[in-house]
Amino acid sequence: MKYSIFSLARAALSGHRNWPRTWRDAEPKPRYDVVIIGGGGHGLATAYHLAADYGITNVAVLEKGWIGSGNAGRNTTIIRSNYLLPGNIGFYELSMKLWERMEQDLNYNTMVSQRGVLNLYHSDAQRDAYARRGNAMRINGIDAELLDAAAVRKMVPFLNFDNARFPIQGGLLQRRGGTARHDAVVWGYAHAADRRGVDIIQNCEVTSFTRDAGGRVTGVETTRGTIGAGKVGMAVAGSSSRVAAMADLRLPIESHVLQAFVSEGLKPLIPGVMTFGAGHFYVSQSDKGGLVFGGDIDGYNSYAQRGNMPVMEDVCEGGMALMPLIGRLRLLRQWGGIMDMSMDGSPIIDRTPVDGLFINAGWCYGGFKATPASGLVFAHLLARNEPHAEATRFRLDRFQRGAMIDEKGQGAQPNLH
Amino acid sequence: MRIACPFCGPRENSEFSYLGDAKPKRPGPDAGEDAVYEYVYLRDNVAGEMAELWYHGGGCRAWLQVRRNTVTHEILSVEPAAGAGAASVTP
Ligand SMILES: Cc1cc2nc3c(=O)[nH]c(=O)nc-3n(C[C@H](O)[C@H](O)[C@H](O)COP(=O)(O)OP(=O)(O)OC[C@H]3O[C@@H](n4cnc5c(N)ncnc54)[C@H](O)[C@@H]3O)c2cc1C
Ligand SMILES: [Zn+2]
Repeated sequence: MKYSIFSLARAALSGHRNWPRTWRDAEPKPRYDVVIIGGGGHGLATAYHLAADYGITNVAVLEKGWIGSGNAGRNTTIIRSNYLLPGNIGFYELSMKLWERMEQDLNYNTMVSQRGVLNLYHSDAQRDAYARRGNAMRINGIDAELLDAAAVRKMVPFLNFDNARFPIQGGLLQRRGGTARHDAVVWGYAHAADRRGVDIIQNCEVTSFTRDAGGRVTGVETTRGTIGAGKVGMAVAGSSSRVAAMADLRLPIESHVLQAFVSEGLKPLIPGVMTFGAGHFYVSQSDKGGLVFGGDIDGYNSYAQRGNMPVMEDVCEGGMALMPLIGRLRLLRQWGGIMDMSMDGSPIIDRTPVDGLFINAGWCYGGFKATPASGLVFAHLLARNEPHAEATRFRLDRFQRGAMIDEKGQGAQPNLH
Repeated sequence: MRIACPFCGPRENSEFSYLGDAKPKRPGPDAGEDAVYEYVYLRDNVAGEMAELWYHGGGCRAWLQVRRNTVTHEILSVEPAAGAGAASVTP
């Protein structure tokens, strides 16, 4: 099914009641060239790029629930490429460039909206840090503007500028950043991968690996039977350690819970994405009008896709400190997702010590924006057996080599990244 | 999630700081780089019951060893673990 103005007109004639499924709910075949574990954004994007760019179409994506039931469908949809360190900076900009052409590439409306991401600063030291970050971005050809308080006031006059403890002194703005519709990203990649022959298999949990005498992975055991594979790529986010353990691997990863919140609907208020620099609070407004916001992770290991009250309170306090006008707004929904927090806060995209098994993990709370580039570079690795030029530093052994990519400089304490 | 501190009674989890899995033990000075790498970076990342270290900074300032289920958040036991947070070297 290809979407176009003509398909829309045709469907309108029958009252939009006869739209076909946008991707097939496939039955597992006995064997694939590549099996991807995990039907989140990264798994589906990988399958799409394998088929679209590397000519490998005998591919299955195995998802234990329904596609998008993990973090892909739980995040706050912020996309940006305002990173500081070599390794991250080029990778996230590659991702931003792919976001900018995603809808044409996938033939799907993913509602990419470059409404701008504004990081506020509240002290001279923080301004200096943002100036440095902005300069690093500009040296790498990425847009960044350092705004003073007057310029921020023009954009968002309702903020609490004169807060006695944390006055707003300005902000770092990336105009090309913004949001995208997370579910549509999942469906868009499923649609585009399916059109190129990829099998998307739901309710299919991988329970172990099959291996030959030499230890090479030859396939997976699943709740829907044994499936053979030339290569297996895992993209299971918060479940990375559990799946890796099936191949006797221990990872530099802890699973933690991050919560997100949506308020009742409001008229248009917040022009883009804003982050409060003195606490941890970030907010945007959905097209339906709800404020979508979040803050810190809960801070303890968790596989329960829900968090606790103290963080809710803390996040709401951050919101109140930044924009007291939300004081009487009611919270509509709240949920949690399990994130693969790596030991330096950066991802891992690499071969593993187990032959035939490849890993895509460690996305922490920032992997949504990475979805397109992650899919592309992981597909490259699976197809060519060597890292993509923009992903050479995301190696699994970097911790052993002392080549960490620690944006926050927090060290090996995942709940601080 | 409330943690029943043996000294202070049940308190909300924001009074406590989290160190993590209680299992990794700092290797001795001659243990070699691989042992240090494992200690600092690799985790079992248990899904289920795990013994972990919490510090009651908002209360009695004791280190505690908490057995907690990471899948349900159920807390199974809380015991004093004096000195657990100090980076003691195992002999
Ligand atoms: C509350 C919240 C807010 C966030 N906000 C942002 C944001 O604003 N911007 C941003 O860039 N990032 C954000 N993130 C992070 C981002 O959502 C994740 O990093 C990213 O979605 C992870 O990649 P994924 O989409 O492939 O993961 P997932 O969607 O979690 O996909 C992994 C899939 O693997 C499946 N799986 C697991 N085990 C197995 C198995 N054994 N067999 C088969 N399938 C299995 C799971 O069911 C799941 O569907 C946020 C995360 C959360 C939780
Ligand atoms: Zn106490």
